[in-house]
Amino acid sequence: MSVRVQEADFDVGAELTRLTDGNKRIGGLAVFVGLVREMHVREGYHRDKVDALTLEHYPGMTEKALEEIEAEANRRWPLETTLIVHRHGRMEAGERIVLVAVGSPHREAAFEACEFLVDWLKTKAPFWKLEETPAGEKWVGAHEGDDAAAARWEKKP
Amino acid sequence: MKVRYFAWMKRTVGLPEEEVAPPAEVTTVGDLIVWLRARSPGHAEALAEGAAFGAAVDQRTATFDVKLAGAREVAFFPPFTGG
Repeated sequence: MSVRVQEADFDVGAELTRLTDGNKRIGGLAVFVGLVREMHVREGYHRDKVDALTLEHYPGMTEKALEEIEAEANRRWPLETTLIVHRHGRMEAGERIVLVAVGSPHREAAFEACEFLVDWLKTKAPFWKLEETPAGEKWVGAHEGDDAAAARWEKKP
Repeated sequence: MKVRYFAWMKRTVGLPEEEVAPPAEVTTVGDLIVWLRARSPGHAEALAEGAAFGAAVDQRTATFDVKLAGAREVAFFPPFTGG
């Protein structure tokens, strides 16, 4: 289990190699890489061109929140390894923002846990996107679809 | 205690953080919000009733009924938009 919050870009290949090296119980590695999209096409929001964004976060709380999400994934699925690398600071369109990788003996658990981690980190980790558009800076609003995606994984009481 | 503001709330309040000493009757996050509103027009706007924001007490997400007892750091922020 590993969580990193950093300003620098990451090398996906090197990260995945490091993650699985020496662990022969892993049969499947599911990976999600989030990128800065050039066009913002969120319905009900705005459709300006996004040239870059600045990701603000809450140092200290961010790491704790990501570690809790990661621990929850490990409680729910039989996982061999998990990695979350999330960037902060200014990023231009096309740059990588986040890497989530999950290794498990079997693919089902890896796919599900990877999707779970991405859904929950979007709604439970303290990051805020400030977009740069030709019309000026705009704080990104919360997206109802993200809340719905995260809610799928809430356990029924 | 230290109060911190993030994203647009930081700009609306006009500062990233401040040390405050609320009176004894301020016992919950909700009480603190009401008390902070009186500090400036920026505070009143950022922490307005109906504004979409959340809170954390000592770096853990907290609902507005959470008690402040012994809290060192309270943060206010808009909904998260990472990933």
